[in-house]
Amino acid sequence: MAQYLLSVLFDSNDLATEEEQAAIDVFNERLQTDGHWVFAGGLASPSTATVVDARGGEPVFTDGPYLESKEHIAGFWIIEAPHLDVALRLAAAGSKACNRRVEVRPVLGE
Amino acid sequence: MTDVREVITRVHREEWARVVATLARRLGDLDVAEEMTAEAFAIAVERWPSDGVPANPGAWLTTTAYRKAIDHLRREVKRDEKHREALVLSDTPEPLGTIDDDRLRLVFTCCHPALAMEARIALTLRMVGGLTVPEIARAFLVEEAAMGRRITRAKAKIKAARIPYGVPFREDIPARVTGVLVVLFLIFNEGYLASDPAKEPVRGDLTAEAIRLTRLVRVLLPADGEVAGLLALMLLTEARRPARVSASGELVTLEDQDRGAWDRELIAEGHALVRQRLASGQAPGRYQLLAAINAVHTDAPDLRATDWSQVVALYDQLVRVDPSPIVRLNRAIAVAELDGPDVALAEVDRLPLQGYHLFHATRAELLRRLHRSEESRAAYDAAIELAGNTAETAHLIRRRDQLAGP
Repeated sequence: MAQYLLSVLFDSNDLATEEEQAAIDVFNERLQTDGHWVFAGGLASPSTATVVDARGGEPVFTDGPYLESKEHIAGFWIIEAPHLDVALRLAAAGSKACNRRVEVRPVLGE
Repeated sequence: MTDVREVITRVHREEWARVVATLARRLGDLDVAEEMTAEAFAIAVERWPSDGVPANPGAWLTTTAYRKAIDHLRREVKRDEKHREALVLSDTPEPLGTIDDDRLRLVFTCCHPALAMEARIALTLRMVGGLTVPEIARAFLVEEAAMGRRITRAKAKIKAARIPYGVPFREDIPARVTGVLVVLFLIFNEGYLASDPAKEPVRGDLTAEAIRLTRLVRVLLPADGEVAGLLALMLLTEARRPARVSASGELVTLEDQDRGAWDRELIAEGHALVRQRLASGQAPGRYQLLAAINAVHTDAPDLRATDWSQVVALYDQLVRVDPSPIVRLNRAIAVAELDGPDVALAEVDRLPLQGYHLFHATRAELLRRLHRSEESRAAYDAAIELAGNTAETAHLIRRRDQLAGP
């Protein structure tokens, strides 16, 4: 089994509509029953982010996201799947449910 | 006495994919499978001339490559226990109803939709076709190092993202087979009509390779009508290759081609495949329809004897499967023969293909037939501006310069 990060890509700060949220709930339940669920969450808008850099000793705090871009990560799932074909199927179902594009990235193994 | 080198070349053509595919499954590592297969062939080149060709060359190569791989992996494991990352084997519960062959797994892995199209093409030519990296680089006019990186990167993604070495889910099979056919057709087209002005206009090595790979996929998926359709389409297109470019390097259109120079054997094989598909009674897909259209063309002794109503009827069917403007442009060319250039021009003018050289070339030819020389000249100019293939450009310039002066 491997883990994959499914990032939800979106270009506005609008939250999921009621319909979308309902579909996401159904999808999440399916992930849990089928044993793919590890963790998931929606993220607050990038404007609420703080970047912390403690490489120089004292931490430096910067308001805002590390990268200003039109698209950002609006939420994510971490799933468990035996291989990419399964992860891609789940990502397709997730993309349909939340009505947004989804990026699939493998989490590095041990 | 047969030349051993010739035997090795033939065995390479016939056995490469099988050896790589078998090793990849046994070892769970595509990279090592490829490397050790290459090494086994190098050993064959060294030994067979003196030792003689083994009775079963494929088995000899597989065993030799496998032994080399085991030695190699032992060394790797000693060097770094964690280094070995296994290829993910996925076995679908229902095995396709076709031949269960490791080569099919290899084809599906190399043509996986998670890989960039150019990576799929390069990997397929390397892993399934057995072409060397320098050969592939030359074929696509890419620096050898860049092509090497492209293949290495694709192999790294297969490992890290765990692209499975297996046959896709049953529901995904039609889409995945289509994906494989797209790769094969792109390889063929690159050989048939290179897009780059710096390249040879027609390169038989690539078209031959595409046909060979498609034959292999047909062996692996014998029940798939579109695989047969694509093979027929390639054969019927390849058959006309000898007549397609003139001695001076100019493209010769269907109308002016010396039909006596067409390869009758390929045509017969292509026609047989098309007839077989028609007899199946199944609704034809895109490639089968394109093959059927080419069958009508290759059936006619000259352009005028072509059964144009049949061609238009097939294009009508194709438009239903693929309503893209390019299909409608090709349909209009057939309509010109059936209903006249004015009817065809009205259809062409509606198509949103301003950036496509063949849109302008088609308009130019239709306008010429309608004796609208000025407009025709302007259309040739636009087509020449956009065309990339040297043989095509030469043809268009000559046609333009034949127009009556203003």
